[in-house]
Parts: sequence; C-alpha cells; structure tokens
Amino acid sequence: MTWEPVIGIEVHVELATKSKMFCGCAVGFGADPNTNVCPVCLGLPGALPVPNRQAIEWIMAIGLALNCEVADRSVFHRKNYFYADLPKNYQISQFDIPVCHDGHLDITIDGEARRIGIERAHMEEDTGKSTHVGDGGRIHAATATLLDFNRSGVPLVEVVSKPDIRSAAEAREYAIELRSLVSELGVSDARLEEGSIRFDANISVRREGTEQLGTKVEIKNMNSFRSLERAIDFEITRQIEVLEAGGQLVQETRHWDEEAGITHPMRTKEGSSDYRYFTEPDLVPMVMGDAWVEEVRSGLPELPAARRARYIASGLDVDLAGVLSDSPKVLRDTYEDAVTDGASSRAAANWLTGEVTAWLRRTETDAGDFQLTGAQLAELIAIVDDGTVSSSAAKEVLEGVLDGEGEPRAVAEARDLVQISDTSTLEEAVDGALAANPDAVENYKAGETKVIGFLVGQVMRATQGKADPQLVNEMLREKLASLS
Amino acid sequence: MPIDIDIAHVARLARLALSDAELEVYKSQLGDILDHAARVQSFEGEPQIDSAHPLGFVNAFREDETRPSLDRAEILAQAPASENGYFVVPPAMEEQ
Amino acid sequence: MSLTDLTIVEAGERLRSGEVSSVELLEAALDVASRTEAQLHAYLTIDREGARAAAEAADAGLAAGDDRGPLLGIPIALKDNMCTRGLETTAASQILAGYEPPYDATVVSKLREAGAVIVGKTNLDEFAMGSSTENSAYGPSFNPWDIGRVPGGSSGGSAAAVAAGSAYGALGSDTGGSIRQPASLTGIVGLKPTYGTVSRYGLIAFASSLDQIGPLSKSVTDAALTLEAIWGHDPLDATSYAGEYPDLMSDLDRGVDGMRIGVVAEMAGEGYEPAVEQAVAGIVEKLSDAGAEIVEVSLPTVDIALSAYYLVAPAEASANLARFDGIRYGLRADGVTTEDLMAKTRAEGFGPEVTRRILLGTYALSAGYYDAFYGQAQRVRVALREEYATAYGKVDVLVSPTSPTVAFPVGAKVDDPLSMYLTDICTNPLNLVGHPGISVPVALDHQNLPIGFQVMAPALGEAAMFRAAAEVERLARFTARPELAEVVT
Repeated sequence: MTWEPVIGIEVHVELATKSKMFCGCAVGFGADPNTNVCPVCLGLPGALPVPNRQAIEWIMAIGLALNCEVADRSVFHRKNYFYADLPKNYQISQFDIPVCHDGHLDITIDGEARRIGIERAHMEEDTGKSTHVGDGGRIHAATATLLDFNRSGVPLVEVVSKPDIRSAAEAREYAIELRSLVSELGVSDARLEEGSIRFDANISVRREGTEQLGTKVEIKNMNSFRSLERAIDFEITRQIEVLEAGGQLVQETRHWDEEAGITHPMRTKEGSSDYRYFTEPDLVPMVMGDAWVEEVRSGLPELPAARRARYIASGLDVDLAGVLSDSPKVLRDTYEDAVTDGASSRAAANWLTGEVTAWLRRTETDAGDFQLTGAQLAELIAIVDDGTVSSSAAKEVLEGVLDGEGEPRAVAEARDLVQISDTSTLEEAVDGALAANPDAVENYKAGETKVIGFLVGQVMRATQGKADPQLVNEMLREKLASLS
Repeated sequence: MPIDIDIAHVARLARLALSDAELEVYKSQLGDILDHAARVQSFEGEPQIDSAHPLGFVNAFREDETRPSLDRAEILAQAPASENGYFVVPPAMEEQ
Repeated sequence: MSLTDLTIVEAGERLRSGEVSSVELLEAALDVASRTEAQLHAYLTIDREGARAAAEAADAGLAAGDDRGPLLGIPIALKDNMCTRGLETTAASQILAGYEPPYDATVVSKLREAGAVIVGKTNLDEFAMGSSTENSAYGPSFNPWDIGRVPGGSSGGSAAAVAAGSAYGALGSDTGGSIRQPASLTGIVGLKPTYGTVSRYGLIAFASSLDQIGPLSKSVTDAALTLEAIWGHDPLDATSYAGEYPDLMSDLDRGVDGMRIGVVAEMAGEGYEPAVEQAVAGIVEKLSDAGAEIVEVSLPTVDIALSAYYLVAPAEASANLARFDGIRYGLRADGVTTEDLMAKTRAEGFGPEVTRRILLGTYALSAGYYDAFYGQAQRVRVALREEYATAYGKVDVLVSPTSPTVAFPVGAKVDDPLSMYLTDICTNPLNLVGHPGISVPVALDHQNLPIGFQVMAPALGEAAMFRAAAEVERLARFTARPELAEVVT
C-alpha cells in the first residue's frame, strides 16, 4: 500500500498600498530602519488602529480572483502572543469571519488540470523585522537582536488552501500560479526574494485510500519555488520513513535548511500557542455589501487562467498559450494588436515568445523599453506569407525593426532581403542553372530526384540567395518534367 | 467555592515572572473574584455580539494616504537600548 | 472668595472683562497646589514653565481679539494616562517612569487649540485600575474633605485638584465609574460621555470598549463647556462617532417640567449608606415638585453587570497592556533572552492590582474558558442594552446614587479587592452599554463628606442628561467647599 501526501499551502501576500494597514506610515522596501513608524505601528501607549480601505478592496480582489465568497460582514480579531517584533504583542488579524472564504485555484500539472480549494483569505498586519547579530549571524549563535519596525503594520493577506495538494510538484505549481495571479492583480510586488510573498506548507501523509489525516507538520523558510518543492519532497520522505519504521510523528513547526537540504524542528515554547482570540474592540465591523463587491469584481483585470483559455480558443496549443500568458504584458498587448490587424494568432504568438523574447534577452533590453507594435508584427508575418522575404530573412527584418530601422517592408528593402519572386527573373535564373549543369539534369532524368536540391542551390547562388526557394523548386520541377 | 486555576500557566501566557509565593496569593484572589464573576455563566443571553459599540456604526476606514512618520531620534530617545537606528534586545527564543 | 473658587464660566467672564488675567488664574491655582500638595498628592507632574507660556499666550491672544472660546486661558489638569508630548506620562506606573510621549493625545491637542492652560498631570490608580487612587505606584492621593480618606478613583488626582482649587477643571477617564465616583466622593461634577464621542487616541488604554475621557469641574455648565471643547469625530480613532452631536446648551436652563425620570430600583438597599439613600431620595422628591414625573424602573441585569464588567475589562486590559515589555520604551529589567527580559520587566513594573487584572483577563480569554467567561459577559452587555432601551421607552433619564457610600478611609478596602470593586456598582453598567452619565454633588453627610447624584441618559442623550443635571444642581444648592488645613511648606 502506498502513501498519499496531503499538503496545504499558506501564503502571505504583502499588499503594495501606499500606506500601512492601520496607520499612515509609508509602505516601502529598503528604507533606513525605524523611519517609517508612528505611535500606531510602533505600539506606543495610547495609539489606535484605523483600517486602510484600499487594502480591504484588494483583499476582496484577491478573493474574487480565487473564486471565493466575500463575507457580508467581517470583523477583526486580536491574536495575542508575545514576540519582540510584534509591538503590541498582539497582531490584529481575523479569526472566524475572514473577508473571503471557499474558493479555488486551477492549476495544470503534467498536462492535467487540477482544482485546488481555497479555504480562506484574511486580512492582517505584518510584524517588524529582527536581525540577529553575533557570531556568524545565525540565530543560535546570536548575541543580540536588532529590531526594525518599518515593516510593522504593512497590510498582509493570508491565503490558506484546503489540503488538496498531493505532491511537491503540485505545490510548486500552485505557488507559482498564485504568485502570478496576485502580481497580475497589481496588488502586490509578490517578490519571493524580497519577502513580499511568503509560503509555508502544512504536510501530512496517510495510507492511500484512507480518509483520516495524519499528523500535520508545518514547514517554514522556503525562499524560492525550487526550495519549496525540495523541502516538501524531503518532508514527505521523512514522514514516510518515520511511519514505516513504526515511529510517531510530532505535530510541530520545522525549518527548511536550504544548504543542508533538510527540515529540522524549530525550538518551540513549551506549552502550545493559546492565541486567546477576541474581537478587536478598537475597530468596528466591516460590511462589504453587494454593490462594493460588484464594483471590485468588475474592476478585476483578465486573470491568467481566463487568458490562457482565450488563447487556446483562438488557436494556440496549450503550451504556447501558457508561455505567452506568462510573458510580460507589453508582449501580450502586441499579440492582441497583431491579431486584431489580421495576423494569425499562432504566428504572432510564436514570433513573440520565440525570436522577440530571445532578442530581448540577447540585447538585455527591458520589456518596458521594447518597441514593436502589433501592426509591425502583423506586417512582418504578412511579408513572410506573401513571399516577400523568406522565413530566415524575416528574422533579420525583425531585428531591424526592433533596432528602430523602420517598418518591416522598408527594412527588408533597405537590407536587400527582399526575395525575388518575379517569375521572369526567376525563369532566367532557372534556365541558366539548367543550362550550366547538364550532368545534373541527366542525373535527375535518370531518377536521382534529390539532385534538385543542388540545382536550387545553384539558382540561389546566382541570385545572391534572394530567390524564393519554394518558387525556384517548383519551377525547376516543372521544367525538368518538361525536359524528359 | 473558588474556581481552581493553573496560575503558573496563566502567568506564563501573560509574561509575568512572578515568584511562587506571589502566584499563590494571586491564585486565591483570582479564585474569589472569578467566583463572583462566574455568575455570568448562568446567564442565558443572545448569541455573541461582534461589536459592543453602542452607536453600532460599521465601516470606519481611512483612505490610502501617507502621513508623516515620527522623528526617529525622538522615538529612540525613549528606547531602553538602541544602536544605529535599531532597537536592541537580547536574542529571542524561537517564535511561537 | 479666592480666584480658585471661581467656575470656568465665572473665570471666563473676568478674563474678558479684564478684571483678571490668565497668568493670575494660573498663579492662584499653583499657589493652592503649593499649599495643599503635601497633603493631597493630586499631581504627579506640575508643568510650571509650559503652563506659564500657555497662560501668557492666552492673555496675549485675548488682548489681540483672538477669543478661542470658554476654555481660553483656563488652567486645566490632565489625568496622567493622557499622552502629552514631551511631558512625562506614566499612567501612575513604574513601567512608564520617565516616559515622554512623542505625540499629544487628540483631546490634548484640542485643549491646546482651545487655548486652555495645562497645569500638569494628575495622579490615578495605576493604568486606571482602581476606585481609590491607592493603586498608584507613586503613592495615593487624598480627599480634600478629609485627608484620611480616599478621593475615589481612578481619576482621584483630577478630582482632588478640582475640589481643592489647584485646577479650575480637569479631564479624567471613566471605564467603570472612574470619573463619576471620584467626583461624587469629592463633591464636584464629573461625567462620562456617550462612548465614541470623545476620541481615545492618546489615552493609554485600559479597556478599549469601555474607556471614555470626560470632564471634572465645579459646575454642570463648566462640564458642558469642557465636553464641547473635547468631543467630536476623530479620524485617528475608528470607534469615534462621525454623526451629529447633541446641542448641550439650549436646554440647560429649561428645568424638568414634563420630564419623565426613572429611579433604578436595583441601585439601592443593602450596601448603600442611609445618608446616601436619603440625599438621593430628597432630590428625587424635589425633582417631582419641580414638575418631573417620577417612575420606578427595574433593570434586573444590573445585578450581574459588575460580574460581566470584571470579565470584559480585565480581558481587554490584558491585551492592551501586553505592549509594555521593556523593548521600545519604559522600564527594562535585565534578561538573558527577550522572553526573560519581558517577563521580568512586567513583573517588576506592574503593581499588584494591575497584575491581578492581567492574570484575570488572560485567564478569561484562554482556551477552554473563553465562552464561559468573556463570551458570556458580552451577552450580558447585549441584554443590559436591551433593558436600558426598554426603560428609555418609558423615561427620558434615569437616576441613582453615584456611589453606594461616601469616601472611605485610606486602606479600608485595599486588601479586599472584591469590596473595592463593589464601589462601582452604580456606575459600571453605563460603561458596559456605552451610555452617558453625570455625577452632581447634592449634599454632605453627617461626617461632612459629599454625596453624589447620578443622572443617566441613552446614547447621544447628553442634552436631556444635562437638562436634568442642571436642575438637580439648582435644587441641591450645594455650595460647600472643602476646608483644607494650610500646611506651611
């Protein structure tokens, strides 16, 4: 009998509001320590919180994008625990009536669609940052802790999935998709490396086919998608090993050590966390109301899943749709315009995800500085279709357009890339090649049909490579056929 | 009859480093007070309210605008220990 | 009659007639302070320099025609749980010894805007937890009527200052009766407004859903003027009322003819001193003679209100006081780890009453006990609110004694927390429901100790409350002032 991993992912998203959740201090990354603080986010005596309306709109947006229900009425709670980076020694959070609940996120894994349930999305405030200083800068050898409260009070949305995930790879897909969605909504920078999006995993295993959940272990400190996958894989293996050896698992929080490639238990306080939740008396309830919910819903941008589906419907295969959907917005906008101008969706997508993306990388151009209009792309595709340039020459034309040399046709001409498709000119060249290579003609007539490649080559040489090779090939065949 | 309380546990939750003698005194005092306060237990009332506010209003928000922050020097002047713009404390134990 | 016997209204008239200056008003108050502080200990900090500057500015302003209103140039004392920028604010606790807030409470800003002269910070029970001011970490305050007795609490310092004359008015805070009860015990007026009408931004929190700031003064009109100066919507307080505020002054002299006045049946009987009950009954009779209809009203839930209060208040306080951990401000004890430092700081910095309430509150909220205690207490609040609503269907205001007893001797209740809590029995229900209440001095008992009469009104019913209170004041004709033996310092 095999083991089945049961995984849930908790995501913390820092919202990119201008001001903090409960006060007017600026939200920003990298400011001098303790320069964006006030009585409220510093937990000074007498300070009071007032919620940021924009943050509430944005958590509604996240919830709606995740197909959640938005609560009619929601309240804040105090989550009470003592920690140096938590100025009030309670965090204003939400307990049993979160703003959003019961949604789902669709992911694709190994070509198959999977629906991961979303338990809830709730609003809370971030804590300050501790830096441990001392020998080696590692927690267990620290001699002091430095506290910076700039991050204290930044709006944080916590999204909790249902334990529907069944593998580390799935977890990674889920995380990537969620990050992409949040970034798409424009509500967060969602940068793992900066900490504006953070992932924790809850993992247990059970015998396949059983219903009961095993002992749940929480894993923290996964700072990249890769380490998320590695950590979960490790933990699943660890848990199975323990259970197969007849041991028991401890319900605990473990820390992922990227260097060593293992999880190890975090030293927890004796006595479990009793958060003593109660309704935040310094705040009043929030009533979202249908009108506000609809306003937020109608303001949502097109989300990745919907976009991918639209691309597929317009003729792109799943993989191409996915790659295009993940491309920067400027490229996607160019795609839309090109298709509007009549270009084939597949051609446009291939050019943008292929040559254009390669050029951006090669020239280290920022997507924001990129200049290729949809009309230009459509023209480029058209001049390949109508034979003005060969498909290989088109790559040079593209470069010319990207370098700002002009419109595709103009660039083709300026760079002398225009194919010769004029039949009389071609006929002259074809006749010339046939006349200059009687042995080849004889060989062809004797049945060596592949000699035609050589003849095409001769015509190309004679025309400095500008002949339309397809047309040349056709003409040669016709003439050779008539010579026999 | 006074209620029995795990006073050491409560003191730990509240981060109060009290002596055993102090804990004993508080335990008995708390027992008496809770006895009195426990009269609410027999009360049959409506489901829990989510806001005690008598004027019952909702949706008190602020707009997403920045306000000037405090002057760091003035804040750190009140700090028991600070260094290079940071508050300084001994190393913490692991977070809960 | 000395200057400090003047009400704010009277002082204001003399300021404007040029008969007296703000500086003179201040000097008179400071003079009383220097003669009485050794006995009363009403103040923790007197800010002579700051007050002087404010008084001079008021005089200059008035001379230049800039009349900011009734509090201009008036020396006012502030309970030391309201943040004053750059001026020590301790909440009468060791844990905040030497703490200077980097900001002003909203009410403080408003007072400064109004041109008031802030004399200093008055003594209180530590973190406003108490009914006698004996829980102050800096020593108790004493009652100007008898310095062997308490001035009440927790705003005992503010009450003593106003009663003695070392301030013309004061602000206090009221969570279970902490303005009204000391006002009653010191023979002055004190009121708690409707919850949400006075900003709590900058008030060091005790119980967030119960705390309100209010005035202590020598007359009902003074209290009304002070309330008008400090109330109003504050965007920095999410529980602050943004609607229309009552007009306090129009009905002030209207009298009670035609008013329906309810006497709370449960606020009488065992535990109430006979002199108190007689004084209150006497006033009720006079109110009836003056044209009011007297109705007996029963509020049965009032009997367990105190129990609910002693669960809700400490629970909220236990979280509000968690921020005092030795990390960012205030006292810091030595500790090897942060955990250690926090626990030692708090044990060292908090007094016994505060410690008791934090333990009680933590317990009431902890896993397994939440619903039986805190949850149930919240239900009592709902029931109480409904009972009051039903009562106000039959009457315009409710009345009762403010306190079941007159001022008790220092030390009499300190070792019996439960008996101390019972002194709040008439006042705490209003905090639970968020309604306004005012105490008006009406008589002295045979020991020459003041008795206070409480008028209560529904939320935002301050107009009716003041109307009745003004009449009570007129009917009582209570003009007595405490005689303080002069101590030569």
